[in-house]
Amino acid sequence: MSEMVSTQILSFIQGRFPQAQIGETDDIFACGYINSLFAMELVMFLEKTFEFMIPNDELSIDNFRTVSAMTALVGRQRRGVTVG
Amino acid sequence: MTILMQAPLPLAEPITRASTRAFVDEHISPHADTYDRAGAIPEELLEQIGDAGLWAPFLPQAVGGAGLDLVTLGEVHEEVGRGCSSVRSLLTVHTMAAWTVQRWGSAEQLAHWGPELASGRTLGAFCLSEPGAGSDTSNLATTAVARGSGWLLNGVKTWTTGGQRADLFLVFARTASSIVALLVPRDTPGVSVRPIHDMLGTRASMLAEITFTDVLLGREAQLGPSAFASGMVLTGTLDLGRYSVATGSVGILQACLDACVGYTSRRKVGGSPLRDLPLIQAKISDMVTDVRAARMLVAEAGRLKDAGDASTIMATWVAKYFASTAAARHAAEAVQVHGANGCSPDYPVARYYRDAKVMEIIEGSNEIQRMTIAGEAYRGWAA
Repeated sequence: MSEMVSTQILSFIQGRFPQAQIGETDDIFACGYINSLFAMELVMFLEKTFEFMIPNDELSIDNFRTVSAMTALVGRQRRGVTVG
Repeated sequence: MTILMQAPLPLAEPITRASTRAFVDEHISPHADTYDRAGAIPEELLEQIGDAGLWAPFLPQAVGGAGLDLVTLGEVHEEVGRGCSSVRSLLTVHTMAAWTVQRWGSAEQLAHWGPELASGRTLGAFCLSEPGAGSDTSNLATTAVARGSGWLLNGVKTWTTGGQRADLFLVFARTASSIVALLVPRDTPGVSVRPIHDMLGTRASMLAEITFTDVLLGREAQLGPSAFASGMVLTGTLDLGRYSVATGSVGILQACLDACVGYTSRRKVGGSPLRDLPLIQAKISDMVTDVRAARMLVAEAGRLKDAGDASTIMATWVAKYFASTAAARHAAEAVQVHGANGCSPDYPVARYYRDAKVMEIIEGSNEIQRMTIAGEAYRGWAA
């Protein structure tokens, strides 16, 4: 399941930046791809694709730094939805 | 925090483009030139807008909104913009404040402010631009310093639409490491309001300069996250403001078209109505085409918002750019079509002309819009 999530996130980022060579553990902030516009698009993509709303306390930079971190965020939120 | 749950009674009729058009035709359009000359919107109309449920109908029903989708919200703002850009401007900034509370606020903040904002008992305004920085967020001089569990706010915001009347300011300020969004009630000690008069356009939108001097705010004033995500709060807020301005620009376009069709049908030159002249027909056909195109671009942006699709942000830039430039272009033509009458206070087209110019500047100037849109075109290509 998490592999599918990672693939979808990676695909979104690469769709926005086709020239980018990004792996699951690469720091996308260090790559220089992030501005506030893309950050907002990223949040909207995650919320729409995986059908949850990211709570404010999860909006820390470390949760968006890598594809792996975002995949973990999706996993946490999905578990929360299931439990809740 | 005191939690208010005084949601107004549900509206008898659903809010639609048609219901808003009827409201605008009865309550706004006949008086818009008077508002423009007075430089203010009367309290009576502000209350009527509240009675009609138009201040923030997209808010959830649980807090007194109508849960309206953003496509229909855009149609509502277009209709209001057709009648009076100053009133639409007040709706825009109120919408920005209310949407930000809904999107980024805590449950307690939404419960506290939601019913107030939905009913219009509390009117919101958006404070970003500064005398020295415009809306360049990288150079904001207004500061929010952590003080206890809250913030100490100092700085000056200018060109604040609705600032003369607003009860609640959504303020963006610089922190030690980033920016933060703060909800500041007007009656907080240290807040002062200086009205700004005699602007070129949207003259009744009650602009003000807001000064914050050692304004002490509690933790509950912070809206949404700070640091990394605070930029998203601003981006999202501006996106909705841009959407509203785009819809308002479509409203100006429609108003220009309506005015020109009516005038050229009545006005005769050499015994024939102006409408018979090919050059007039050319202007009318261009207005018809552009108003339809602008409306479709706005509707696309609205549909993408309702779908939660990330591409709405760029779609909104494109819609706002197209609609605002078309509005300015056709408002100039509308004055031309009306001749000397168009330069007089006896016809509304002079107001449309002045208001349309403002649309090319606010919520992202044309120049910024074009840079952003071009940047999107090049995003996939290595430099």
